[in-house]
Amino acid sequence: MNPVSMQLVTIIAEHVLREPIAADLRRLGARGYSVGEVEGEGTRGVHAQDWQGRNLRFETVVTREVAGRIMDHLAGTYFHDYAVIAYATTVEVVRSEKFT
Amino acid sequence: MTTTELLRANLLSPIVLSFALGIMARVVRSEFALPKDIYLGISIFLLWALGLQGGIELRHSPLQAIAGPAVVTILLGCLTPVSAYLVLKRIGRFSAADSAAMAAHYGSVSAVTFIAATTFVKSQGMEAEGFMPTLLTLLESPGIAVALAIGAVQTNTGGRPVREVLHEVLTGRTMVLLLGGLMVGFLIGDQNWQVIQPFYDTKGAVFRGLLCLFMLEMGVTAGARLGDLKKVGGFLLGFGMIMPLLHGALGVWLGHIAGLSIGGATVLGTMAASASYIAAPPAVRLTLPQANPTYYLTSALVITFPFNLLVGIPVYFQLARWLGGTP
Repeated sequence: MNPVSMQLVTIIAEHVLREPIAADLRRLGARGYSVGEVEGEGTRGVHAQDWQGRNLRFETVVTREVAGRIMDHLAGTYFHDYAVIAYATTVEVVRSEKFT
Repeated sequence: MTTTELLRANLLSPIVLSFALGIMARVVRSEFALPKDIYLGISIFLLWALGLQGGIELRHSPLQAIAGPAVVTILLGCLTPVSAYLVLKRIGRFSAADSAAMAAHYGSVSAVTFIAATTFVKSQGMEAEGFMPTLLTLLESPGIAVALAIGAVQTNTGGRPVREVLHEVLTGRTMVLLLGGLMVGFLIGDQNWQVIQPFYDTKGAVFRGLLCLFMLEMGVTAGARLGDLKKVGGFLLGFGMIMPLLHGALGVWLGHIAGLSIGGATVLGTMAASASYIAAPPAVRLTLPQANPTYYLTSALVITFPFNLLVGIPVYFQLARWLGGTP
């Protein structure tokens, strides 16, 4: 099995955005994602639910094209009003057909 | 008992002192905090017990006794967000989004403040009507819906579809546990209730004990936000104390007119005076994202909640006694 280069998109977001972002990822072409709770601090300070739920970290492995779509969508929809950051890194995966 | 004596008795109650200790722990930067999951678990227990017991009591309440109080409760749910919005927008000069966001919190109700009021009334040797938890569920949603509707119109952002917002408020933890508890309690009947009563009884040791633990963590949470008081300014500080008094007085008066007992009118007044901080924040955050969370969380949790706990509840009780003819 030869490893193939793909994009790992990581999104750190407020807890309230769990459902909207999960739906966005599927709609924009991600075949799957992982999500977990994380703690930390950022430039925005207060989060609407930070005492009820921690921040979320979404991770999804996608093609370069889908990664671009996801980043554009996040920037246009959430960056202005919500505490959200997103970054993409190149990763080597096996069984690349799982992700496309 | 004079108002001063009532206030003193209230200050020395286990609930209030637990809350105060929580704040102190945070002020001295203690590492103490209840694990999130335990805190969440206790809140589930409290709401579920409240719903179950309310359901049992509902079986024993004739429909005509509930009708009047139910009508004034819904009326309160529609009035309080509007009054809060107008005061914030016109006098406080807050933006439409910020005003509507805060109005949603003040229009809805805080279940923990409700529990504190019920406990206080009992400590004074009185009883609120058994169907009060039913009124609590009635007051939870309208305020949020009205305020978010004002926000959507005033800020001219279509926002999310009404269906989505309603779904979120109606399927939230508070609603499912309270409304579900009411139904289950109503259905199981007295015989089944007797088996589980020692565990779920809201007058019992388990409930009261866990409530103290919950208040300890509420204190830690409020204490962590004390610094935000500087950010919100003097107006909001005054608003967070005066608005509850006005809404509380209105609630006590309407409760009295609707035929509630002194205990019941006190609890209804407290419900009207309280600001939601469990159901409202996520709904508001998603619907009015441009509103500043520091304003609505600080006013609801750091100003109004402690104010009602320490001062508000005894004042509404005194008012209800005065209206009820026992000064």
